[in-house]
Amino acid sequence: MRQEGKTILEQGTRGGMRKNQHSSKAGALNTTLVKKNKKGLNLKDLVLQKCPTGIQGVDEITYGGLPQGRPTLICGSAGSGKTLFAMEFIVHGALEYNEPGVFVSFEENSEELTKNFASLGIDLQDAVQKKMLVLDHVYIEPSEIEETGEYDLDGLFVRLGYSIDSIGAKRVALDTLEALFSGLGNENILRAELRRLFRWLKTKGVTAVITAERGDESLTRFGLEEYVADCVILLDHRVNEQIATRRMKIIKYRGSRHGTNEYPFLISQQGISVLPITSLGLDYPVTSERISTGIKTLDAMFDNKGYYRGSAVMISGTAGTGKSIMAAHFVNHACSKGKHCLYFAFEEPAGQIIRNMGTIGVDLEQWVEKGLLNFSANRPSFQGLEMHLVSMHDSINEFEPDVVVIDPISNLVQTGTMFDTKAMLTRLMDYLKMQHITVLMTNLTLNKETNDNSEIGISSLTDTIIRLDNVEENLRQNRFLTIVKSRGMNHSNLVNNFVITDKGVQLKTGGGKP
Amino acid sequence: MKAAKEKNLSQAPEEIYMLKLYVAGQTQKSVTAFANLQKICDEHLKGKYQIEVIDLLKNPQLAKGDQILAVPTLVRKLPPPLKRIIGDLSNTERVLIGLDIVPRTI
Repeated sequence: MRQEGKTILEQGTRGGMRKNQHSSKAGALNTTLVKKNKKGLNLKDLVLQKCPTGIQGVDEITYGGLPQGRPTLICGSAGSGKTLFAMEFIVHGALEYNEPGVFVSFEENSEELTKNFASLGIDLQDAVQKKMLVLDHVYIEPSEIEETGEYDLDGLFVRLGYSIDSIGAKRVALDTLEALFSGLGNENILRAELRRLFRWLKTKGVTAVITAERGDESLTRFGLEEYVADCVILLDHRVNEQIATRRMKIIKYRGSRHGTNEYPFLISQQGISVLPITSLGLDYPVTSERISTGIKTLDAMFDNKGYYRGSAVMISGTAGTGKSIMAAHFVNHACSKGKHCLYFAFEEPAGQIIRNMGTIGVDLEQWVEKGLLNFSANRPSFQGLEMHLVSMHDSINEFEPDVVVIDPISNLVQTGTMFDTKAMLTRLMDYLKMQHITVLMTNLTLNKETNDNSEIGISSLTDTIIRLDNVEENLRQNRFLTIVKSRGMNHSNLVNNFVITDKGVQLKTGGGKP
Repeated sequence: MKAAKEKNLSQAPEEIYMLKLYVAGQTQKSVTAFANLQKICDEHLKGKYQIEVIDLLKNPQLAKGDQILAVPTLVRKLPPPLKRIIGDLSNTERVLIGLDIVPRTI
């Protein structure tokens, strides 16, 4: 996308840099432009070109990336991930989009930066050697500087221009420009020079990212947003009930539509990862393929075929009714068909699940060894709800499973409010359905009276709900299974008695149509 | 009288001041700065200074080494420690303070 159609607009404003490639075409395009516009054709060629950041999720919420050839302001409080954003933008540009970049740091020197980014698996020195990256540490020590009359920042311009030209940079990051304000005293000169700097960056045709510290009442402490008017992204780091959540919001994006929500993001070993929003919506494709429940007699209750592939299944019940066992059967069968399963465990570690399921004749370990089954065990309180969602997203993207199990979904409620949880689950369900991933969730209910199992209020999001009950009778517990609902299929409405043996779950009365 | 003052303030009279003036082209500011510097040196550092003028437009790679941001910038390479003075040097008193020729007062 980046390669095709450099716009006419750009050629007008950016001139020099692109001229070689397009000079012959430019004239022709300009003359045809008017005609085409009148017909309402080719207008999209006029639209602002985007420069992909390569940061997971950011290109989705900005519909393609940052405004090409213009400066973008990234603001946020200390520790909100500004430097990482800027560096990722430069590094992805250099390594993935063949766009060399210049990173000007006002705070950390090259060695410090190299070390910090090595921990994210990014080798800055390698990129420097390949002439894809220039690191320039601008050192300002106010105590060493005496001001004696008029000056300007041509030194910075020359320096930056030299770095840009030395590698033919297309991307520039300035982190954090505000250091100038603490280093140099004459704010009037600085402001005039900053204005000039941003104009100059535009004429250079580079896509720039400028980071700035968040102010108390304004977006940035020194009002940089006044100068960078094209695109402003706010990074936020909030702690709510001791659980921290990072959020990203696009404050403005001139000349482009953009997502207006606050998007949670994660800083993981892969760097920044924003929750993609492309998955949101109800227009996902559906399939009529079926997938076995893993229990023959239970399949029989679903038309002899099982669940729909890509549907959301919830197994609900009070403690000890066999929810996880149902999940294990499902996983076991899917894996035996060569499908990939991802198991999110929020209650027990993977080893314990494998051991316990072994006792009922379900050998999950073989699938783990074959690489078909992957466990992701986390305490729900380990991170915020949205972070769970982001990290679940990441795991799903990485492992590309056919089947996902969330055991139990009710534990996630602990980490957020009812509203948050529902919003999160909606996103997750939509995402899974987009990918045709069948999801099975277990849900722990407190007592059997809450029979719609909708403690989280997500019953409307699920296609199939199975309820498990324990009923005490004649000094023994009897287990019952009921299909509360199952959209789009002829399912049994019998309450079936079942037992858990060392060979797994056996439905006693058998299934079948009523 | 001037000579006496000099002797009092600069403890080691044999000390050589190595000064570099960074400019970006022949601008009004750079011309003013050079003229001011010449004058100050003649008055206060007679016979013990060296001035090197560096035009960053001609040698842009030199900006990084001496951490030049603003121009004009006067860098005192010697005697140590390194000092940076930015601006057109029109405020003689501050230049003298910046070069440690007169002590910093309240």
